[in-house]
Amino acid sequence: MQHENRQQQESSGSINVARNERLLSLATGAAMAVGGVAKRGWAGAGLLLVGAPMLLRGITGRSYLYKRLGKNRAVVSDTAAVSVPHGQGIRVEKVTTINRPVSEVYAFWRNFGNLPRFMNNLERVDMIDQRRSHWVAKAPANQTVEWDAEIVNEIENEVIGWRTLNSKLVEHAGSVQFKSAPGGRGTEVRVVMEYAPLGGAAGSLVARLFGTAPEQQVDEDLRRLKQILETGDPITVEGQPSGRAKPEDHPTPSYVRAEEAPKDVVQQASEESFPASDPPAYY
Amino acid sequence: MKAVCWHGTGDVRVERVPDPTILNDGDVILQVTSTAICGSDLHLYNGYIPTMQAGDILGHEFMGIVVEKGPGVRNLEIGDRVAIPFNIACGSCYFCEHELWSLCDNSNPNAGMAEAMYGQSSSGFFGYSHLFGGFAGGQAEYVRVPFADVGALKIPPELRDDQVLFLTDIFPTGYMAAENAEIRPGDVVAVWGCGPVGQFTIRSAFMLGAERVIAIDRVPERLRMAEDGGAEAVNYEHEDDLIQTLKDMTGGRGPDACIDAVGLEAHAGGLPGLYDRVKQATRMETGRPHATRQAIQACRKGGVVSIPGVFGGFVDKFPLGIAFSKGLKLKMGQTHVHRYLRPLLERVQRGDIDPSFVITHRLKLEDAPKAYKIFRDKKDNCIKVVLSP
Repeated sequence: MQHENRQQQESSGSINVARNERLLSLATGAAMAVGGVAKRGWAGAGLLLVGAPMLLRGITGRSYLYKRLGKNRAVVSDTAAVSVPHGQGIRVEKVTTINRPVSEVYAFWRNFGNLPRFMNNLERVDMIDQRRSHWVAKAPANQTVEWDAEIVNEIENEVIGWRTLNSKLVEHAGSVQFKSAPGGRGTEVRVVMEYAPLGGAAGSLVARLFGTAPEQQVDEDLRRLKQILETGDPITVEGQPSGRAKPEDHPTPSYVRAEEAPKDVVQQASEESFPASDPPAYY
Repeated sequence: MKAVCWHGTGDVRVERVPDPTILNDGDVILQVTSTAICGSDLHLYNGYIPTMQAGDILGHEFMGIVVEKGPGVRNLEIGDRVAIPFNIACGSCYFCEHELWSLCDNSNPNAGMAEAMYGQSSSGFFGYSHLFGGFAGGQAEYVRVPFADVGALKIPPELRDDQVLFLTDIFPTGYMAAENAEIRPGDVVAVWGCGPVGQFTIRSAFMLGAERVIAIDRVPERLRMAEDGGAEAVNYEHEDDLIQTLKDMTGGRGPDACIDAVGLEAHAGGLPGLYDRVKQATRMETGRPHATRQAIQACRKGGVVSIPGVFGGFVDKFPLGIAFSKGLKLKMGQTHVHRYLRPLLERVQRGDIDPSFVITHRLKLEDAPKAYKIFRDKKDNCIKVVLSP
């Protein structure tokens, strides 16, 4: 599968680390670097190796990690704007090629009720009408987070764009483009997802929901979509045997029971009680 | 059920584990009748393949009887006797449609892990680490087979397990290696490594029209088996300069095609051998490509180097300049077993070849720990082990 990943377009020089965090980075990085030089040897080199980038981040206010994650913690926002503010939150862009015609891939996605079949963090999506939908996402500790979304852009067999509608928890916007791949290779599906959790305890729950490894999540979601459309059934190895599981904890499948089922009592008795020279009548 | 479980370098154990169940609609469960230990299982045994977990069930060469099938299975019935390719393929992605079965897009549940390592993921393989899907293998009494309609080859009752078991891997692997060598009538083909894959490569090279095959190894019984297959044996340990020897044997031209059936654990003497061992031990390179280097050095101008031997990471001192200046063609990769199942079954039925020639040991599944050891150490003249559950 071809994946391409384009992080938020930021000029390499932009500051993406919050002020307090910069000061902390500066202090810790400096201490580690100084300690590393003083200590010498391997341990010292290790300290220096870890400390130096932190120091740099403190001085410049730029984090390579945050840039990779598409995070920008320098911008503070507490307003519930209708779309994800520029340069804030998580933005992931992924592309894959699915060996099915554009019309089929488009139709599958356009029915938002199908989204939870491949987006693992969704429990269900209900269509309210042609444009609006209600989303229920899984959160840690059996909780759910819910919001409404509306389709803001739609061209049949080309693009679907949506965003959250008046949610106090999360600003989410997404778009998916469909393009016929050359040489009959199916459909190129390009997904852009943006999430910006808002403030408060619920907001941080949402951040945990989307923020752990958003790229990997979208990657795996797209892979499941591809498998559903190409094979009908995403492959799994969950529940297969290994030496890590105890056989007594698992029921014996019927194919084994059929084979190892104890013989009927009469038959057992017959085999025991008749001499070999005098076989029982059922032979 | 009983199964052969990996527990670490040089440590395999036969353990009682849960029985497999249907997990995807296209699955079948096989009762395994025969299974073999592959040379590539030794890479796991020797700890060269990352992402193994203690308790993983090994084995990717197996055949058996269908005892259960998922609701999506169309072509198979309970009681069918089948052989299963070592690679798992969905049959509906771009790669499967183009007969590139070992590159299937949809059969590796851990494709993300493989993409992080290799950029793109190959297909899933049975019993071959979590990087390649984490599928439980077939060195067991029962095994779950996904996409069974796509992979399973029904076996006619008149053929013995011994004659068809190797259609699952080593026979197609040797055959594809020879096919990749683009052999033309009159060609001289040199094969590095006379293990089971090398043996099938030698015989396949003759089937595809090679005039002569030169077999290179250092284990006497393996060289003898190569000679039985019609090859000229060269024990590299008795040669001061193997490249020169090969030149001398081919009128100064070099072999038209060179096949490396050794892979990432090649043995070499002297300084080059020490260099690779140290670098591999310190993980500064993951393969010891000694045979590949020699194949490139020995090959005639404009010839083909075909690599069925397994590699998994980075190698060093790769003589790309030699390959470039001689205009060589390099072909490699995991075998697209599905492509060869039926044509090679026909060859077995016609009597072109009886693949059981390669078997030196038949043991019970319980004896797997001993079998791995003698196979790795090349003890007791061991070339190929078949286990019966």
